[in-house]
Amino acid sequence: MTALRPDLAIIAENVAAGSRVLDVGCGDGALMAVLRDGRQVDARGMELDPHGVAECVAKGLSVMQGDADTDLADYPDAAFDYAILSQTLQTTKRPDMVLDELLRVGRKAFVSFPNFAHWKVRASLLWNGRMPVTRLLPIAWYETPNIHHVTVRDFRLLVADKGYRVEGEWFLSGDKRIGPAAAAWRAEHAVFLLSR
Amino acid sequence: MAKPAITTASQVLELSAPLPLDGGQSLSGVRVAYETYGTLNADKSNALVIFHALTGDQCVASPHPITGKPGWWIRMVGPGLPIDTDRFFVICANVLGGCYGSTGPASSDGDGRPYAMRFPVITIRDMVRAQVAVLDALGIEQLHAVVGGSMGGMQALSFAANWPERTRAVLVIASTARHSAQNIAFHEVGRQAIMADPKWQGGDYYPSGKGPENGLAVARMAAHITYLSEEGMHEKFGRKLQDRTEKTFGFDADFQVESYLRHQGLSFTDRFDANSYLYITRAMDYFDLAEEHGGRLADAFRASKARFCLVSFDTDWLYPTSESRTIAHALNAAGAPVSFVELSAPFGHDSFLLDVPALDRVIQGFLSQ
Repeated sequence: MTALRPDLAIIAENVAAGSRVLDVGCGDGALMAVLRDGRQVDARGMELDPHGVAECVAKGLSVMQGDADTDLADYPDAAFDYAILSQTLQTTKRPDMVLDELLRVGRKAFVSFPNFAHWKVRASLLWNGRMPVTRLLPIAWYETPNIHHVTVRDFRLLVADKGYRVEGEWFLSGDKRIGPAAAAWRAEHAVFLLSR
Repeated sequence: MAKPAITTASQVLELSAPLPLDGGQSLSGVRVAYETYGTLNADKSNALVIFHALTGDQCVASPHPITGKPGWWIRMVGPGLPIDTDRFFVICANVLGGCYGSTGPASSDGDGRPYAMRFPVITIRDMVRAQVAVLDALGIEQLHAVVGGSMGGMQALSFAANWPERTRAVLVIASTARHSAQNIAFHEVGRQAIMADPKWQGGDYYPSGKGPENGLAVARMAAHITYLSEEGMHEKFGRKLQDRTEKTFGFDADFQVESYLRHQGLSFTDRFDANSYLYITRAMDYFDLAEEHGGRLADAFRASKARFCLVSFDTDWLYPTSESRTIAHALNAAGAPVSFVELSAPFGHDSFLLDVPALDRVIQGFLSQ
């Protein structure tokens, strides 16, 4: 088994064994396979890219081709213990509505995203006046799929506005986990566990 | 095709009991012709059924009994191929109502004459019922998987809904859970073309030795258009002329696409019985899996514990992606493990039979579990 991406590893450690999970934007199914094989999770996936779906099917996973912005509507309320959205929120057309949908179909939701207020991003803007191209945001502004950049603080505000609860939060600098202190500018990546 | 029935080298099972039909009648002396590939293992757990499409046959990976051409899914079924005959015991039977050795309108009705239009109208579920009888005869309790494209997919769905214990996996390609008005309309054009041909003679053309070949050819031409995509047709034919440099200002096949369709129509009459075409298209038109289960498609799958995989093609306008999505949603609502993918391929509905490497990967991956 190859090592999971660090944010996925955090999610994998914190999903209760034997639960029902919907991984939205599941890619090639790496997280789902770990959850199924390691934690007896009933994992389902949604993925926009047909090649990703084909990869998942080849792993014996159950994955629907679909779009986080529109196709979560097809799932009934509270169909899953967890809905997972990793590194996808910032690519959706309406992240606020996607968040609502995640917490409708799942009793809890894991959301991970790159923090746009990381100090390297701030420095790039401040000193160069340029949109940043970093390790986590490697693509130039005009062709990046990230159309809704978000910071840790922005995300906390949205969650508070909607009245959702933060049940857990984890931060990454590079591949290393860091504490919440000064995460707003030190974290390259954030993972939140939310509930209604 | 005007001979009473096409002879094949396939194995033939004669059902000992009359086959009950959805129409209320039952049919005695039913024969089911089938081919097998690979070896059935000791505990009979590696069997896999492929259901063929409207004008298909049981010769999935063996030469066609009339044309001698290679089997219709030779690129998918064989040793080391996605449907791996080194691993699976593959069974494919000619459908009830067909003309390749299974009982159909060209078969003798017991009084020594062909049924013709006295053959009862059958359904997709009736076809599946006949194939289940083959499994019973072979002593196969549960299949590794059922697989089907187009009408074969309808049979796979019907099998999963009506015999839920008897398969562990269901793979449905370019298919639908019900025939739409447009689907029925195209079939009706074909049937009317056959029945408008004076040689059809109310279906009793068998003794004359000459069937309604013109009508059947037109039916095939109309249907064939629905199997291709506009893009694919444009790419293949465009407005190119057939063996000429100028238009003839007549009604000969000036355009390549006309010549192609005429050829498709004519060659079809050599290998298919017109009455079989009437009965099988009728069965497809009657297919509505939700209707059979109280109007809710999800209820059709309540008893199933199988894994499902649905595949559609972006250029298929006969059974478009929305139909596969509908089935996938119903399966989700029923709590079944289901995957769905729309693959990109230029060949329209026929994509499931042609070179689409992504389909090979999906099939191989899904069946390998």
